[in-house]
Amino acid sequence: MLDILIIGSGGAGVTTALEANAHGAKVLVVSKNLPTQAQTSMAQGGINASLGNEEPDSYEEHYIDTLRSASGLANENMVNRLCQIAPKSIEWLDKMLVPFSRRDSFKTALNSIAQRKMGGSSHPRTCYAQDYTGLKILQTLYDRALESNIEFNSRLLLLDLISTEDNQVLGADFWDISEGKIKSIYAKATVVATGGFAGIYHGFSTNSYGATGDGIASVLRAGGVVEDMEFIQFHPTAMRPSSILLSEGARGAGAWIINEKGERFIDELAPRDVVSRAIFEQISNGHQIFLDLRPISKDKLQELMPQELHLARLHAKVEPFKEPIPISPASHYTMGGIAIDDKFRIKGLKRAYSVGEASSARVHGANRLGGNSLLEIIAFGRECAKEAIEESQVNKKYNTQSKAKERIESIFSRGIEINHYEKRKLLGESLYKNLGIVRDKSQIEELMRILQELQRKIDKTGLRDRTLRENHDLVELIEYENSLLMAQTIAKGAMERKESRGAHFRKDYPKESPKYKKNIQIKLKGEELVFEIDN
Amino acid sequence: MRLIIERSQEDRSYQESFELSLKRVTTLLQAFYEIKSELDATFTFDAGCKSGVCGACAVRVNGREELACAYQPKDGDRVEALKYHKILRDLKVQKREAHSTLKRIIPPAKSLKSKAISPKEEVKFRIQSDCILCDSCYSVCPVLAVNPNFLAPFALSRAWRYIQDPRVEADKKTKLSYLQQDAIWDCTLCGECTAVCPQGLDPKNDIMQLRGESLKAGFDDPNFSTQNFGVPDFSGGFGF
Repeated sequence: MLDILIIGSGGAGVTTALEANAHGAKVLVVSKNLPTQAQTSMAQGGINASLGNEEPDSYEEHYIDTLRSASGLANENMVNRLCQIAPKSIEWLDKMLVPFSRRDSFKTALNSIAQRKMGGSSHPRTCYAQDYTGLKILQTLYDRALESNIEFNSRLLLLDLISTEDNQVLGADFWDISEGKIKSIYAKATVVATGGFAGIYHGFSTNSYGATGDGIASVLRAGGVVEDMEFIQFHPTAMRPSSILLSEGARGAGAWIINEKGERFIDELAPRDVVSRAIFEQISNGHQIFLDLRPISKDKLQELMPQELHLARLHAKVEPFKEPIPISPASHYTMGGIAIDDKFRIKGLKRAYSVGEASSARVHGANRLGGNSLLEIIAFGRECAKEAIEESQVNKKYNTQSKAKERIESIFSRGIEINHYEKRKLLGESLYKNLGIVRDKSQIEELMRILQELQRKIDKTGLRDRTLRENHDLVELIEYENSLLMAQTIAKGAMERKESRGAHFRKDYPKESPKYKKNIQIKLKGEELVFEIDN
Repeated sequence: MRLIIERSQEDRSYQESFELSLKRVTTLLQAFYEIKSELDATFTFDAGCKSGVCGACAVRVNGREELACAYQPKDGDRVEALKYHKILRDLKVQKREAHSTLKRIIPPAKSLKSKAISPKEEVKFRIQSDCILCDSCYSVCPVLAVNPNFLAPFALSRAWRYIQDPRVEADKKTKLSYLQQDAIWDCTLCGECTAVCPQGLDPKNDIMQLRGESLKAGFDDPNFSTQNFGVPDFSGGFGF
């Protein structure tokens, strides 16, 4: 039996694997795509740590900035832990050969790493590798994992966790995309590192289409608890109409946000939720919004953001040196996710862990600080590994019931009147419209009606591709079903939270309320989503 | 707009033409999803980030490697899977074998040392670390047509990256010794890898650098030593 089954091959999964492997654990990393095709590769801006390389800084200030952005919903101990180990995380990445951008003068190895200022931070604290930070981290860690002979099995789509009657998780059932059959993998500990679900805002998300919360959905189905699902971060500067990200680094370097008259209307370095709402308000009043890179010199632009210049030319058909780039906010990051304790153990389950965007480690609270998500996957990926390797042997033989076979058979037996590719577009539009940057009771109700209708038609939402092997129609249908479950939890959380806080803004309750200074937790009871009261 | 797709389904390979009704097609990837959603759900391709950084969607368009998410299609374009990879279905290929070549060039853990780096040093291996493993360079490389053991161009660029990185402490000769066979000397320097790289890497130049360093470190250019420069060949039949 494996020591640790790690589901997800992004920064969180690979870091957990590297650390556990370094402690002598036998690990396997599984993913639905090739290891380096994870969402981590899209993180441009950078990774925070109070190295104080550009000006004096301290982890206490990092802690304060993170808590301020989190609007009262973060766990102070977890934030403290994250900020305190941040410099060590950078040191570890540096040792792994991550090619960080560098400074002209330095005293030590760590001191040679360049840092820039991102929105909401009181100092330049973000280490970066041009605007390819996530990509370079992930590719470099993948190299280290190959060198460590860590085993990968890509092309496995998570179906369900394998759990016993007393909620012990003994591994997971997957759909083997290449072989076209169910594959069960058993382990002493299972780590869910499957990423977030911002991709369900299909067409209005900076995320890949596959960011559909597969791991979170499987935890719900196994009886685990999720929380803070209503907190969706909208990135203020995604290109129109492609929703491709233009990073915060641009604004950090001096880019302006303007309307079609060339007027600035917001402090570009305010927290993301504030900037996104200001843009949303302008758009609601009929304005068009642009990101203007021209205040930054050409040389600096080419040095700092070659990727974004390239993407702007391709997708927006704009020459950024000459004209501003059309933008609108797009869903970017999900603060909430699988509820865990300080040992990364999933609430409601045993032998099951979660880390990275899939989890809610309560370090981002109601609004994540830019540069803290890459930090979380590295810092907590290593911490999670140290906890998961302590899991005891499975001594007993358990009776486990897998619903995976039944589920696949039922999908193949459905009618095909409804096209899930069309419906995922509809889902994305409905979410953006009704559960977007600004929401209210009637909008959430409207969304709930749409979700009920989509759910009611699921018997007719079948497969037009009937083959078993390499069936992406099946993969994307399962992702669509996970998306529906994610959308239902967001709607439930958003309806319950009758206040405005961080990224959750209710038109009908525009003020923050002390009554809701709590994490709203949700689980599945039978087919129904219910609140977890014991919080 | 009409797209011609080279398809592989089960044991059958054939060409199929699709007529798209989209008014505005921004990317080839968007066209793929249009085909899958509206015309044929069995059409299979790989995709991921849609922003050109995950490397999943590389295909060949009119015989040239492109990322589907970064290519604007034209009427009549012919699309096929990458070369030298096992085709899994339609445009989806298996990249495991190609990527396993990386194992040969990754520096061992014991050779990594913490060290300060200057911006000038960092620039030397910056572009090489932008690789997204899309395998375009692998697909276009003519050497792979005759030598399947040839180290991929992306692996050679990555090798140069790690040789340039001052944090790798091993003597140059050891680092270069892994690149002498089925690697730098087999390259024809045709430059096709450099031409198709969506990230602007220059594997050809990296390979030339690796050759230069190898010669300096005392390795021989096998092409040179086996070449006949018009001197009589006394190696056989003359009783020497």
